Amino acid sequence: MAAKPKLHYFRGRGRMESVRWLLAAAGVEFEEEFLETREQYEKLQKDGRLLFGQVPLVEIDGMELTQTRAILSYLAAKYNLYGKDLKERVRIDMYTDGTLDLMMMVAVGAFKPPAEKEETIASAVKSAKTRYFPVFEKILKDHGEDFLVGNKFSWADIQLLEAILLVEELDASVLSDFPLLKAFKTRISNIPTIKKFLQPGSQRKPPPDSHYVAVVREILQF
Amino acid sequence: MAGKPKLHYFNGRGRMESIRWLLAAAGVEFEEQFITCPEDWDKLRNDGRLMFGQVPMVEIDGMELVQTRAILNYIASKHNLYGKDLKERALIDMYIEGMADLNEMIIMFPMHPPGEKDAKLALIKEKTTNRYFPAFEKVLKSHGQDYLVGNRLSRADIHLVELIYHVEELDPSLTANFPLLKALKTRISNLPNVKKFLQPGSQRKPPVTAEAIEQARKVFKF
Repeated sequence: MAAKPKLHYFRGRGRMESVRWLLAAAGVEFEEEFLETREQYEKLQKDGRLLFGQVPLVEIDGMELTQTRAILSYLAAKYNLYGKDLKERVRIDMYTDGTLDLMMMVAVGAFKPPAEKEETIASAVKSAKTRYFPVFEKILKDHGEDFLVGNKFSWADIQLLEAILLVEELDASVLSDFPLLKAFKTRISNIPTIKKFLQPGSQRKPPPDSHYVAVVREILQF
Repeated sequence: MAGKPKLHYFNGRGRMESIRWLLAAAGVEFEEQFITCPEDWDKLRNDGRLMFGQVPMVEIDGMELVQTRAILNYIASKHNLYGKDLKERALIDMYIEGMADLNEMIIMFPMHPPGEKDAKLALIKEKTTNRYFPAFEKVLKSHGQDYLVGNRLSRADIHLVELIYHVEELDPSLTANFPLLKALKTRISNLPNVKKFLQPGSQRKPPVTAEAIEQARKVFKF
């Protein structure tokens, strides 16, 4: 009997959010065990469940997977969201690596002191507008299709939507020069599994607040 | 007519070195075009050949690939160095992502100002000794096989041996307590393609020197 995947992480976005998005988009129900104390974290480590002593950890198909990209690649392949061949897969890899870079810029901002935080956010928004979003706008323009790769819904589309929404939280006008990305955002948001994930009450996590930052700092001791 | 892959990067290790190792281990001949001045880089960007304005970039099979991981994933898959199925690939991905985290610290190490170097080196040594090397030593011990995954050579072995060499350059004593890693290093180093790559005159790049960083700072103004 296949159990549901189980996610071990803090009760917040961080590095696990992309995993939640991918599972939700694939229509896969999952459970979550939230790390709330240092003791819980140390237990995971002592029990040898964290290969490099770190979370995210996902229990799936009899494995205890760590390392965000390893988890995401496995899920994408398992749920047919990774293209039809090697050439499509490499394009999906290029696009998702780019969006993950952008999202990491935003994620680390939450942990910086106030002045640096503003700078980090501004820099991430600028990167989105000048380095990343123009690329995806052009990709959509060049092939005129509904999805980024192979005229079919893939991990790349899920992750780009996640990145767009993340940056829009920081600057609501960020898509003003990108009409195709605006249309893309609407289209992908309306896919039933994603629409459901975007509704209140889903397992999607809110932006990090000071409480989240405090909990993570305490558990990871930094 | 399929030409040889062509690597675009600076004349140094950086993020391209893992790609050189993997191609060499796979027995693939490749060409290199070095970026030696700002004009070289500007031209690549202005010609629209760098998807996110960054290198590494590898011309291969009619594509211009960027993003180190995307490039490595493609080469590994193409040359059967990525495991036999999805589960082996997940294990390989988990291992190599851990290696990439340590490798990142090593790549960035020469860039830090002199005052920070000691602390950074101490951190690298600590992580190597307490987090990364123990994990891989344990994997090898757990199955007693010659390779990390699936009893067969994969990219995980190549990346790990590359990492071991780089770590030993920083401090040769770091492998002292890891007999299975030492044995893996010897075994992989004796594979004909790797042995050839380890010899002087190959496309393997030497360690970065402080002088080279200074020179690069002047040329690229950072």
